[in-house]
Amino acid sequence: MAKSDNKLKFSTGAVIKEPGSTLKNKTGGWRAMRPVLDQSKCVKCGTCWMYCPEGAIKKDDKGNFVIDYDYCKGCGICANECPVKAIRMELEKK
Amino acid sequence: MPEIVVEASRAIALGVKLCKPKVIPMYPITPQTHIVEALAEMINNGELEAEMIHVESEHSACSALLGAQAAGVRTFSATSSQGLALMYEILPIVSGNRMPSVMAIANRALSAPINIWNDHSDAVSARDQGWIQLWVESTQEAVDTVIQLYKICEDHSVLLPGMLCLDGFTLSHVYERAVVPEQEQVDEFLPEYKPYVKLDPEEPITMGPIAFPDSFMEFKKMQQEAMLNAVEKIKEVNEEYAEQFGRSYGNGLIELYQMEDAEHALLGMGTLVGTARVVVDELRKEGHKVGLIKLRSLRPFPKEDLIKATENLQGLAVIDRHISLGYEGPLFSDVRSALFESDLRIINFIAGLGGRDITQKHLRKALLSLKEGKEGGWLL
Amino acid sequence: MIRGMPEEEFFVSGHRACAGCGAAIAMRHITKAAGKNTIVVQATGCMEVVSTPYPQTAWRLPYIHGAFENTAAIASGIERALKTLGKKYNILVLGGDGATFDIGFGALSGAIERGHNFLYVCNDNGAYMNTGIQRSGATPKYAHTTTSPAGKVIPGKLEWKKPLPFIIASHRAPYVATASISDIPDLYAKIKKGLTIEGPCYVQVFTPCVPGWGIDSAKSVEVARLAVETRVFPLYEIENGLLKITKDVKEPKPVEEYLKLQRRFRHLTKEQIEEIQAFVDAEWKRLKELEANKCRFY
Repeated sequence: MAKSDNKLKFSTGAVIKEPGSTLKNKTGGWRAMRPVLDQSKCVKCGTCWMYCPEGAIKKDDKGNFVIDYDYCKGCGICANECPVKAIRMELEKK
Repeated sequence: MPEIVVEASRAIALGVKLCKPKVIPMYPITPQTHIVEALAEMINNGELEAEMIHVESEHSACSALLGAQAAGVRTFSATSSQGLALMYEILPIVSGNRMPSVMAIANRALSAPINIWNDHSDAVSARDQGWIQLWVESTQEAVDTVIQLYKICEDHSVLLPGMLCLDGFTLSHVYERAVVPEQEQVDEFLPEYKPYVKLDPEEPITMGPIAFPDSFMEFKKMQQEAMLNAVEKIKEVNEEYAEQFGRSYGNGLIELYQMEDAEHALLGMGTLVGTARVVVDELRKEGHKVGLIKLRSLRPFPKEDLIKATENLQGLAVIDRHISLGYEGPLFSDVRSALFESDLRIINFIAGLGGRDITQKHLRKALLSLKEGKEGGWLL
Repeated sequence: MIRGMPEEEFFVSGHRACAGCGAAIAMRHITKAAGKNTIVVQATGCMEVVSTPYPQTAWRLPYIHGAFENTAAIASGIERALKTLGKKYNILVLGGDGATFDIGFGALSGAIERGHNFLYVCNDNGAYMNTGIQRSGATPKYAHTTTSPAGKVIPGKLEWKKPLPFIIASHRAPYVATASISDIPDLYAKIKKGLTIEGPCYVQVFTPCVPGWGIDSAKSVEVARLAVETRVFPLYEIENGLLKITKDVKEPKPVEEYLKLQRRFRHLTKEQIEEIQAFVDAEWKRLKELEANKCRFY
């Protein structure tokens, strides 16, 4: 089943010297449901940012919260927790 | 460097002190305790600047060893028997993380029945866990070897942990003459510890990740390569040590005694070698062409050196102070496998389990049985 | 800063935790509270497995994983090594409830007795989730797990959960607290406090598990909040041996509201729910008494 991965580099002691390198692993593909944030309803409280298990919600330069679909797994916590119901879950179109 | 009369355990502690370990996690177990007691005294009297961690188990001792070494300092611990068995889970984690920690193992039988006396079952059972194992015969060799081990293990071509294996009681509690080197000499011989990686917020690394089937084998292969590098490094360090301190132990891996024209020989590890030297001398006086091979390095296993050392032999008797239940002496298995292509007759004796004395009579019987074409067996 | 917490992530995206993982939420904020000058020691478990698939790591902090039951011992070694090097960093020790309540309990107890300066954080989801939802000492009574299945004769786990925070507090730990992913600012503050106070500190964080508890992935925070609001998981601190309830739940919701969202409790009878309610009521009363009477853990 598993073969040697020719692209891998093997460090002494399997030490990983690239902090935060799971960023290369885009988990957005896991998503079945897609959260859609309505900026007009958003009160910028940061609740979604706080509760996202992925750290996939960020604040942009304008102070708006945006969802990073590269990593969002579509769990729906943000929509469930949003105090003003500014996030709705839609079926992911693949 | 005056010669002193000293208990081997204290001598080891003095050797360890000269290597300046910073953290010493320890848990008491007989017959290892005299080593850490001596170190505790040195720390509490201000003679050794180190932290002793009085852990609640050997499992934690080995774990704290890993943590301290990962944080970037030289470490030391000691254990025996069930203590080493309790550490077992962490042994391959220390070696897999390539942490060059050094431990002394005052070898003792594994229970049951419970028995506090010497045999080799504890460390020999742990031989596959990626630790270098150097087995010593005397107090002097123990002191010298602990200093050598740090140099071998920490070398960046090796980066493996090491065990100094000494016979519990038969060596650990015995007073012998020994020379303990001067600090300046050791400082010259053993460079300050420079970790190959360390836990440091300035350079955040991840240690101990999960390796999937696509990478796990490569890491094991790298450990095997490091072990093979250690073969050369052990020899090299043995020579360097001889230059600086005037003492060496064979080629570092094996030591030969009366082997030049020997036709039959004994092979063993630890204090039984001392007894065997006397037996060989006596049999020689009686006209028997016998010799002795002391195996100092069980891992890495000195296959090539053994082939060379036994080229002109007709027979070899391997004395195991342990048995792989259901098969044979594990040292015998290793030796026979190394010498598979030679015509040498090799027989196995199981001896000295649970502190049973290995007497001159036993070893004489082993050598004569070999010469007479008899089989091996138990030296009860 | 967002809601008083830094935007910088130290446990980053791309980790392989399940969608809606309660523990992953905890990891983000625990590490934010700890900040850059922190060394992480983590036990074998979900959070370790999902975050360090070689050659990738989700950690932006120096990190070591050794084994399942020895994090407190590894941390002991790190702490003493740093001392000899004259360096002072936060040492953040992370383990699940299996690693903490059960297999690593001896190592944790020893390390706390020795007084090492670290913060141990247990993410408590009440079972061995990484190995497939097996019963632990933290599993609540009557919960279905794969080794305490709700059968025709035996209705899930038969014992109450081990009172670990009290046991740790009795070791003379200077700071012990409970926290929940439903109250992040409180969790954040307790982690900060645990790292500031000298000596071995312990925080137990309630982290619902989507597959283990059989909950909707969107509801892990909601379920955690209900645990607090029903008094199933009270939030308190024990500082210098004195207990203080940090979230007074004046009008608790019935435990059934918490239980009914979870598949692991769906087999419960009315009597069993009443038994749990009575237990929760008695435990809350005990907490209140400990607080009011200023009972000392040491």
